[in-house]
Amino acid sequence: MSFNNGTHRTLADLRENQQALVERLDLPEELAGRLMELGFVPGQAVTAARSAPGGDPRVFRIDGAEVALRRETALHIYLQASPVN
Amino acid sequence: MNDRAETPAAAATAPAAASKRLVAIVGPPNSGKSTLFNRLTGLRQKVANFPGVTVEHRVGRAHLHGHHDVDLVDLPGIYSMRPRSEDERVTHDVLHGEMPGLRRPDAVMLVVDSTNLSRHLPLAASILSLGLPTLVLLNMADDLAQRGGEVDAEKLALQLGTPVALISAAKGEGLGAVTRFLGGGIALPRPVELPVLQDVPQCRQWARQISSGADYLTPAPSAWTRRLDGLFLHPVWGPLVFILVVGAVFQSIFSWARPMMEAIEEFVAWSGGWLTSQLPDTLWRSLLVEGVWSGVGAVIVFLPQILLLFLFIVVLEDSGYLARAALIADRTMARVGLQGKSFIPLLSAYACAVPAIMATRTIESKRDRIATILIAPFMTCSARLPVYTLIIAAFIPEQPLLGGLFGTRAASMLGLYVLGFVAAVVTARLLKSSILKSERTPFVLEMPPYRRPNLRSVALRLWERALAFLQRAGTVILAVTIVLWCLASVPFVDGQPPPIEQSLAGTLGRAIEPLIEPLGFNWKIGIGLITSLAAREVIVGTLGTIYGMEAEGDPRGLQAALQQDLSFAGAVALLIFFAFAMQCMSTLAVVRRETGGWKWPAVQFVFMSGLAYVCALVTFQVLS
Repeated sequence: MSFNNGTHRTLADLRENQQALVERLDLPEELAGRLMELGFVPGQAVTAARSAPGGDPRVFRIDGAEVALRRETALHIYLQASPVN
Repeated sequence: MNDRAETPAAAATAPAAASKRLVAIVGPPNSGKSTLFNRLTGLRQKVANFPGVTVEHRVGRAHLHGHHDVDLVDLPGIYSMRPRSEDERVTHDVLHGEMPGLRRPDAVMLVVDSTNLSRHLPLAASILSLGLPTLVLLNMADDLAQRGGEVDAEKLALQLGTPVALISAAKGEGLGAVTRFLGGGIALPRPVELPVLQDVPQCRQWARQISSGADYLTPAPSAWTRRLDGLFLHPVWGPLVFILVVGAVFQSIFSWARPMMEAIEEFVAWSGGWLTSQLPDTLWRSLLVEGVWSGVGAVIVFLPQILLLFLFIVVLEDSGYLARAALIADRTMARVGLQGKSFIPLLSAYACAVPAIMATRTIESKRDRIATILIAPFMTCSARLPVYTLIIAAFIPEQPLLGGLFGTRAASMLGLYVLGFVAAVVTARLLKSSILKSERTPFVLEMPPYRRPNLRSVALRLWERALAFLQRAGTVILAVTIVLWCLASVPFVDGQPPPIEQSLAGTLGRAIEPLIEPLGFNWKIGIGLITSLAAREVIVGTLGTIYGMEAEGDPRGLQAALQQDLSFAGAVALLIFFAFAMQCMSTLAVVRRETGGWKWPAVQFVFMSGLAYVCALVTFQVLS
């Protein structure tokens, strides 16, 4: 799926307080499994929240919880093109 | 996940076993399992468990009104029945009856966070499929109500085919259902056929369905957590708050604990004098007063400081701040090749390396885990505190810094803590760029909501800590002290104990004197270094005994005695030595257990002791 300029949009593109829907996880099975248990499943709404000083890692609000991820991981979580709100 | 039919039937007909019923407490991380466990078992916990996040099972006994006692086993938090780290494996093994030394539990209490059902309920499917009688506890009911959430526990019970109760473990509300379940007297609803769930999305879909079927109304997000994160994760205020908190901890260890320590010191001196006056002048009196009393007493004096340090660590952990600290630390940890999760064990290593090394079980990558284990003992543990305090108080004059906000002694102490941290970081860097090199491991950490620390839990953990400390004083330190007194009392000269310099202990100390003289230490310190191989704080007890025997009837005080034996340069060298040296049998034993062999503890011992020797040598030679 493409987004505007043809590039894929990922979780790393979300700025603080922006929301989007998860599309798919392009990560090793082990890590993808863990993230899915934490709520990163396709179709789930995710919001970017505060980050550590310097912007990385960042906290994401997903399904009523807050999960911290590094940018390098967020880069592999793709988002649906249509904005949520 | 469909072999559920037999479950409740098994509960109803469970034979009254000869031993106590064993009930497991399971649930996702941060759902309040340990709070429930602590509330039900109180001080009747079997394992002298270490503080911190639960990383191994612990057993305790619950007294129930009108029912037989029940044994409870508290388990590390899990997200699913697929274990991904060592602590999760413990839970998996216990529930399947594969944990050596522990039979399979007779029943399960699944504790979930009621404010977050759609995330926590998927676990119910796999727990129920174990086929054990299960009580589902929707914890933090007070929080749920306060934030405008709702759930119908009975409707949920009907859909899950197992009893469900709303409770607040922290406040002790709704525990009647728990008592009835533990006593075996709860009505089990008709079992239902649960769907076979293949993957995570299906599980969550099922959980959503079930919770909406139970009229679940999701509560508003915790406003407090967001407000506090606004401060603690603020780009400027966040780090500043962190530094202020740490500064306050050190200042208070020195100033707040002082009156209590002086009171204990006075009591030890007074009771020693009283004992001397009550007992006839025999060798036994010498053993009791100059050996045991001055040795063990010298260590017990530090109990208030250690409890104060633990109070801070426990509050940081229980409030949820620790996860934020790990987040802030991740970038720094990544630079040395580790990740933010390693920060949590390292922080608890400030209390004691033993629980810290066990806490590394939450780290999924094996190489990262070993690297964290190897550097953990560099963090300034509470056993170093007595040694540091004694030497600093004896050699560093107290002067106000920063306009009286901070003292020179607290600053020196802080400096030693920083030194340990730097040594840990540099070692990690070395390890991760050589023998433990690996791919960067991902950092995934759930941020728990901020919670007000529960007074009961904090008090309970401080009590456990005080007991553990006194137990050590009563066993290891007592034993070493007695052996030392014997060594210091032979061989007899003219039927009398010799002057300590000519005793066996003195001979041992003098034997290693050539080795430690370049560091600025004499034979008395040498004896202390030998005994402190058992545990660091033993050196304080040892010096207490040596000076107690030397100064018979003339209690000069440990500090004054030390000032005659050490130069300023030697004192600094001794501090440096203690900052780096691996002097702790318990740590080596737990490293062996956690790494499964003698290789890593041996590497650790040689490296740390070598580093300590070289650095102390350089320090003394430069300063003198």
